[in-house]
Amino acid sequence: MSNLQSQDYIRISATTTTPPSARNWEDQVSKLIDVTRCIGCKACQAACMEWNNLRDEVGEFHGTYDNPLDLDPHTWTVMKFTEHENPKGDLEWLIRKDGCMHCEDPGCLKACPAPGAIVQYANGIVDFISENCIGCGYCVKGCPFDIPRISEVDHKSYKCTLCSDRVAVGLEPACVKACPTGAIMFGSKKDMTDWAGERIVDLKSRGFENAGLYDPPGVQGTHVMYVLHHADTPGIYAGLPENPKISSTVEFWKGLIKPVALAGIAAAAVSGFLHWIIAGPNEVQPEDEEEAKHVLQANGFPEAEGRDHRTEHQA
Amino acid sequence: MTRPYGTLTRNATVTRINHWITAACFILLMLSGLSMFDPVLFWLSNLFGGGAWTRMIHPWIGVVLLISYSGLIIQFWRDNLWTRNDLAWLMAIDKVLVNKEEGVPEVARFNAGQKFVFWSMTLLVPTLFFTGLVIWEYYFGTYTSIPTQRAALLIHSLGAIAAIIIWIVHVYAAIWVRGSMRAMTQGYVTPGWAWRHHRKWFRALATTGSTGPKPNANGRSEK
Repeated sequence: MSNLQSQDYIRISATTTTPPSARNWEDQVSKLIDVTRCIGCKACQAACMEWNNLRDEVGEFHGTYDNPLDLDPHTWTVMKFTEHENPKGDLEWLIRKDGCMHCEDPGCLKACPAPGAIVQYANGIVDFISENCIGCGYCVKGCPFDIPRISEVDHKSYKCTLCSDRVAVGLEPACVKACPTGAIMFGSKKDMTDWAGERIVDLKSRGFENAGLYDPPGVQGTHVMYVLHHADTPGIYAGLPENPKISSTVEFWKGLIKPVALAGIAAAAVSGFLHWIIAGPNEVQPEDEEEAKHVLQANGFPEAEGRDHRTEHQA
Repeated sequence: MTRPYGTLTRNATVTRINHWITAACFILLMLSGLSMFDPVLFWLSNLFGGGAWTRMIHPWIGVVLLISYSGLIIQFWRDNLWTRNDLAWLMAIDKVLVNKEEGVPEVARFNAGQKFVFWSMTLLVPTLFFTGLVIWEYYFGTYTSIPTQRAALLIHSLGAIAAIIIWIVHVYAAIWVRGSMRAMTQGYVTPGWAWRHHRKWFRALATTGSTGPKPNANGRSEK
């Protein structure tokens, strides 16, 4: 939301030079969302609204606990409720807090054409700098998790900031502070991974043999990680992608074709110039005008008589 | 406009206005599009009042171009129909390229190169328009799935690059073949120009007593 940050960048969208990176003495951070401990109270959603001054319009009831139904420019995190029937025939109520995953390899940032509209701080947080956003929607196409939402009012893209403004001054994100069960934790990526490991051992001992950490390698890991009871099937958690990575279409569009296209355009222009200095212009010769005059006269063009003067002038 | 006596009309006034509206749109689309295509060209967006203005204005120029180019299609399609003669002309392209047009098959109103430019753009303009609609976030951002939009972006980019390269060929050909530029600015060519480059077209005008751009349908009646 703002770039008044006390930390430097790892990456800046649409920028080919090295971003300011001297102030890099900072741990990589991560939020750890322990889905197995979530009770679905939505305190995190309320805290997010409060800290970020977001008030979505009151929507309609859709017959589910999801409220609002999806992320939007005013809702940067939303609880997704899934009633899952496990192989034993028991009901499991899976509640996943959806929002930006803060990928280490952010597809939104790679797709963004506006310099400085998307940045990744030294601590790994991916942030949208709204005043630089041009509203093109490329981030939406770049994101493997379908997170960014474009406002219909100001045509800027919005998503979770991981409370970069709080984190910058040593506070935890608002959702973390509000969570009553400790299902959302925040710290260095290493500490969170270690903590998740302990929790997973615990879950496995209690019969969740596929419990695991969701830190997808396809995007080089994320700065928001989930502990899942069924890490082998992330899709059952309201469509959490199995192996998210930046779409190959986007990689190609933002990768190889950019230099190849510019080289092709330059080659076309250079070819033209070379042709100009080698073969030169194709100019009408006096003989051409002569021949043409004969044909016109043979066809009885009255004007042909008067053409001589002009033809000489032309040649 | 002072137009020398005895010259032939290559492009009617309405055609020229239509062409230059299309040209202006194409150049603006190219500059604004390239600024959003490659970050090293983002500075081009300053020409349009910044990134957000570029994003807003680009699709509207595209709409104007589609309408404008449709006008060119209507005026030019018939003279661009492919003939067997075009293949023979293409076989002799090596002579054409070094300005030695003796022995090259006679050309009607348009040669095979011009036809290639025409039909390429006729294919690319609608392709760019419809893929452009898919990625026109402001109005159509929610109408298609994200994978569809990704594909549209890629096709739009590739199509635009192809169009730009063809446009360079088109512009260079107009610079190379002297007299062509005037054919699209003031609209006329000298008989010698027509004889040299479009002899079949020239003969058709001469034998029907027309001063261009089309031969008279009913022979010599119009004088």
